[in-house]
Order: sequence, then C-alpha cells, then structure tokens
Amino acid sequence: MYRYDEFDARLVTERVEQFRRQAQRRLSGELTEDQFKPLRLMNGLYLQLHAYMMRINIPYGALSSKQMRQLAHIARTYDKGYGHFTTRQNIQYNWIQLKNVPDALADLAAVEMHGIQSSGNCIRNTTSDQYAGVARDELEDPRVYCEIIRQWSTLHPEFSFLPRKFKIAVTGSPNDRAAVKLHDIGLRMHQNEQGKTGFEVIVGGGQGRTPFVGKTIRDWLAPEHLLSYLEAILRVYNLDGRRDNKYKARIKILVHQIGTDEFRRLVDTEWQQIKDGALNLPQSEIDRINAYFTPPAYAQIDDETESLNEQRTQNPAFDAWVQANLAEHKVSGYSIVNISLKSPKLPPGDVTAVQMDALADLADEYSFSELRVNHRQNLVLADVPQKDLLSLWTKLIELDLATPNIGLISDIIACPGLDYCALANARSIPLAQEIHQRFQDIDKVHDIGELTINISGCMNACGHHHVGHIGILGVDKRGKEFYQFTLGGSSDQNASLGDRTGKGFPADEAVNAVEKILNTYIMVRNDGERFLETYRRVGMKPFKEALYGSA
Amino acid sequence: MVLLKNGTVETDLYTDVSSADKLPEKGAILVSLTQWQDQGDALTKRLDALGIVLQSDEKPEHIANDLAHFDVIALEFPTFNDGRAYSYARLLRERYNYQGELRAVGDVLLEQLHFMHRVGFNSFNIQSKNAIKDWEVAAADISIWYQPSSDNRTPVIKLRHDN
Ligand code: SF4
Repeated sequence: MYRYDEFDARLVTERVEQFRRQAQRRLSGELTEDQFKPLRLMNGLYLQLHAYMMRINIPYGALSSKQMRQLAHIARTYDKGYGHFTTRQNIQYNWIQLKNVPDALADLAAVEMHGIQSSGNCIRNTTSDQYAGVARDELEDPRVYCEIIRQWSTLHPEFSFLPRKFKIAVTGSPNDRAAVKLHDIGLRMHQNEQGKTGFEVIVGGGQGRTPFVGKTIRDWLAPEHLLSYLEAILRVYNLDGRRDNKYKARIKILVHQIGTDEFRRLVDTEWQQIKDGALNLPQSEIDRINAYFTPPAYAQIDDETESLNEQRTQNPAFDAWVQANLAEHKVSGYSIVNISLKSPKLPPGDVTAVQMDALADLADEYSFSELRVNHRQNLVLADVPQKDLLSLWTKLIELDLATPNIGLISDIIACPGLDYCALANARSIPLAQEIHQRFQDIDKVHDIGELTINISGCMNACGHHHVGHIGILGVDKRGKEFYQFTLGGSSDQNASLGDRTGKGFPADEAVNAVEKILNTYIMVRNDGERFLETYRRVGMKPFKEALYGSA
Repeated sequence: MVLLKNGTVETDLYTDVSSADKLPEKGAILVSLTQWQDQGDALTKRLDALGIVLQSDEKPEHIANDLAHFDVIALEFPTFNDGRAYSYARLLRERYNYQGELRAVGDVLLEQLHFMHRVGFNSFNIQSKNAIKDWEVAAADISIWYQPSSDNRTPVIKLRHDN
C-alpha cells in the first residue's frame, strides 16, 4: 500500500491548517456562506438539508486497518456512529458539524487521509479495480498509476476550476471491474505488439442525464507520457468545455458535440507541444511508487480444495457465501473475500463504527491489515488464506456482514433517493430492500445468477441505473412515485447503456415488474446463459410482452 | 480594489478603456481585444504604456504574435469558478513566452492567489483591507507542489529524485 513520504504528509497537514483558518473565518462571520462555499467544497464539505456532509477520499479504494479504525473514530466522535461508502470509493459522513470538521480532518491527516478534491469542479479521486494486485487476470497493478495520477492531480493549479467535475478510472485487467468506459477518462492497461504495457485512453464516458459510453482516442500510450497526455486532455477540456449549462458541461458533451476525431486532433496538437517536457514520468518515480505495492509475504501453501469442500458440504450457509462472495486469488492457497454491505437491515453502503472496528480487526487477523472499497459499495479482504475462510465467515455472521449476495440480485446499488436527497423523485433504498425481501430463497437467487440491479431516485443517475442489467429510475408522475425500467446496461469491458422497456410502474407494482422480467429470463434463457447475455440475444420483445401484455 | 503586484501594493497606472468609445491620446491604458484588432496601428504609435484585457472566452492565441506590444496582459475572471484563464496564463507564459505583467482581474478571491501565481500571474486586482498580509498568507499556505507549472517552485518529483 502507498505510504506518504514527508512531502505528501506535509501537504495534507498544511491543507488542514489552511481549512481551519477558513472555517474559523466562517464561524466568526467574516466569510458569508457564499464566500465559504468554494473553500469548503474544495475540501469535500457539502451543505445538505440539515447538516454538513463530509466526503473523504479512499484513494483507489485502498484502506489499512489503521485507517479503518480512524474512520470508525470519526463516525463515533463527530457523527452519529456510522459512515456511508459510496460508488466512488469514498466514505461520507452525513451529520458533521462545521466546528468539528478541522479536528476531524486533522485526525484523518494523521492516518494519511483527506477530503481534498472530493467535491467541486476538479479532478476527483481516481478509482480502480478492487482486485488490483491480486486478480488472476491482471496484467499490471493499476494502483501504481492511480497513485501517480493522485499526486499529479492534487491541488493542480490549472485544473481546479474546470467546467465540471472530472473522474478518472484505471484498470489493469482485461475484465474491467473499474467501469473505465463510464468515466471522463478511462485508462485500460494492455500490451502493444512489442509486448510493452501501456494505456488505452478512453474519454467522454459518463452517466447522469445524458449517458455515454466512452470513446477510445488513443489505442496505446506509453507510461512515461501518461501525465503529459492527461494534461493535454484536461487543457482542451478546460479551454473548450461548455460553461453555459451545468448539465452540458461534462467532457462527454464536448466529445459528443465536436466528435471523437476532432477531439483527438485537439488533444494530439496540444500534446505535441508538451510531450517530452517536465511532465515526463521518469522510470525512477514509477519504480519508487511500484515498490509500495510489492505483494505481502504470502505463505507457500496449496489450495485447500478438499478441506474447503468438506466444510462447504457440512454447512450450506457457508457454502452459499463461498459460492457468491469469493473470487480467485492469483496466489495459491488464498482467496479474495468480498464483504457485502447489502444486508437487508441497512441502506446499501452504510457501516456502523462497531462494524468498522471489527472489520479492521479482521483485516489484521486474516488479510495483511488491508481492506478495499469497491464501486458497488461493498468491501474486500483481498488476501485471506483459504484455511481461515470458515473462521472468518463465522465472525462476519456475528457482525451481519456475511450476506451471501455478491453479484446476485440483492447486491443492489441504490442512491440515497427521496429518503435523503432533495433532488429525488422517488425512493430508492426502500425499493432495494423490497426486492431483497422478495428474492430471499437462496436457490432461486442462485438460479437467477449474476445480475446487477441499479436504482436512481432521479435522472442524475447517482445509482448508475443506465448500466444496471436491470436499471430502475424514479420519476415523478403527477406527484406520485413511478419507476421506469431499462434492460441490458453494463459497465464492464463490453459496456452498454440499458434500453427503456416502456412506460413506468407505480411504486406498488415495481417489485412485480422485476419479478416478471426475471421470470421471462428464466423462460427464454439457454443453458448457463446469464441475464445480460440472454437479453443481448433475444432483445426487448419478450420482456416487453411480459411487462405490458402483447399489443 | 487594490493592485497587488509581486507581493506589494502598487498604484494602478493604467486606465481601463476597454469599454470606452474613444481612446485617450495620452496615458497608460488597457484596451479590449476588439479595440486592438480594429485600431492596432494607432495604438502602437502611442508613446504611453499599453495593456490588453482578455475576456474569459478570448483565447490568447489571438494575440500570440503581438505580445511585444503589451506591457500588461489582464485576464478576466467573470466569476471565480470560470477557470479558463488558468490555462490562458500558462499558455502565455510557457508557449508564447510572454514575460511582462500578467494580471488577474474580475472575481479574484484571496484563496485563489496561490494557484494564480503558480500558473503565471504576477499581479492581481483584489478586494482587500490588508493585501500584503493576505498575499503572504496565500503564498505560504501550501509549500508542497506536485506539478510543474509556470512558476519556479520545485515540484516534489524533482525533490525526490534530484539528490
Ligand atoms: S440520483 Fe437523484 S435522487 Fe439519487 S442521489 Fe442522485 S440526485 Fe439524489
């Protein structure tokens, strides 16, 4: 894991003191809320309906157990005892008081964390694959470049007042778990014909009101040019991105309006001027950062297939969890363990301080003291010896953190929706919970298999409904909550936006609609075919008929 | 409004005539891009100092070949969050090699002085009761810089690898 050196640490400490002065000026009335707003936003502080919300970056989703304990401490000391993990590998606290924020930030700085650029029209937290460094299909560790991008983008003097927020994601695997095609910039590592690893550069993906799958503007970029090329893209965007309409200000609109070829030409022209300059990434720096990500001291052990099978046969609940929540580790004898934050009892992504502390202990005991956060609002213990799986599971059960549903129907992304968000048309979380209730039967759940349901409470799409296999969008119809459905969305390497089924359903029919869609799938699928594959093969027709009757 | 230049408060010798119909015969002035494009010949014949104000939608490439004529280039921030002039400043300094006074005008917040200085501004029109002190605070707030820019502050990467 990356550790701050003296420079990184000094920057974050100075930033806390700067904000302490600014908050003091606000509290004394020297600054109005309007004047204070840009300052607090640059430090991740939003003003919500009743309180401030503080958003803290978890760079590319990596957390040490020490950091997790500090997050628990913040939840307990300054908030109401819990935190909320977001789809952007961040954590949010919803009930923080301004007078406490500088102290909370100082506590976070002590464990190398901060909220810099977690909001505002600047380059946000760079996100990545939650299995980085341990995935079997990985080519190279993307976290090295995420960290390089994190440093380059932190307090970038030229790009702190962009037309709109800007999000970058990096994947080092052909199987994209970082949704790189749905970011302002997506970087996919792959080898060129000479066998050298570089980046495919994808721009202009995004969700929101006008969703787009990103376009490739460069097939292969050498790592030494990464920062100059990013700087060229950002400069073109800063100069030419629209500023007249907040909903048309993201880079995706610029790319769409001038066209991919013209955008590429502008970037290349700019890049030629700054390439091979001061932004060239020396190999010594790549190596320096790479050294932080050397694998932990794995034991030389074999896969525990036999004893694990025995434990699974004896314990069906454990078996269900192993089947759903584990992923293959590149080192034999180890497994990647996903921890679902989608228990029916809590809103998706919420974790209590007690759970956070316990998770930190589990990370110490079983997984080299590290945790990860993924973009589906779940957590990961990346390096668990297979012989320890049963004992880990037993402890997770006690914490209500062993819900066996990763990648399955109840692993739902839901935005805060009408329960918390002023912009919402409809509730998201209760619908997620209702779906969870309806599909309890474990055999049925496994029979349905891999499925993502994403729910947004309005067209801003914070719940990523466009890329859910089943997407659900809350709309307002004459003061009533309605839900529109889309089918066939995906955020992986074959990213696609879902297609609308037709008119929406009132709240009390929404879960029935989900059931109809799934019954249709079960009826028309081929053997072993996932929902998404079936939809791509058969198209909308049978689903439409099931939902609306044949016309 | 005070003019903060290279860390001290100075009297602004320039009159902003960018929205005037007629140009004065004498005295240091700031003109608009249109005035420069329409009356460049007359303006270059004047003996007094000349500056230009670029609005946030006027790219510096329009004057890239004329830089020698200007003692001041002022870049307008219509609102603090219109960040185009940050890029304009770097282009003027790094690409077009402009060496003269680069002035930030408009909605310039104290908290932005540091970033503005980093991209190449060396003077600022600001609202402040104690501009020198404000400048000192802004300049000293942060002492670590990750990126190379138009200032001569040393980026961290050089500090890490050059010794
Ligand atoms: S999608 Fe809409 S309702 Fe949901 S959090 Fe975003 S803005 Fe709020």
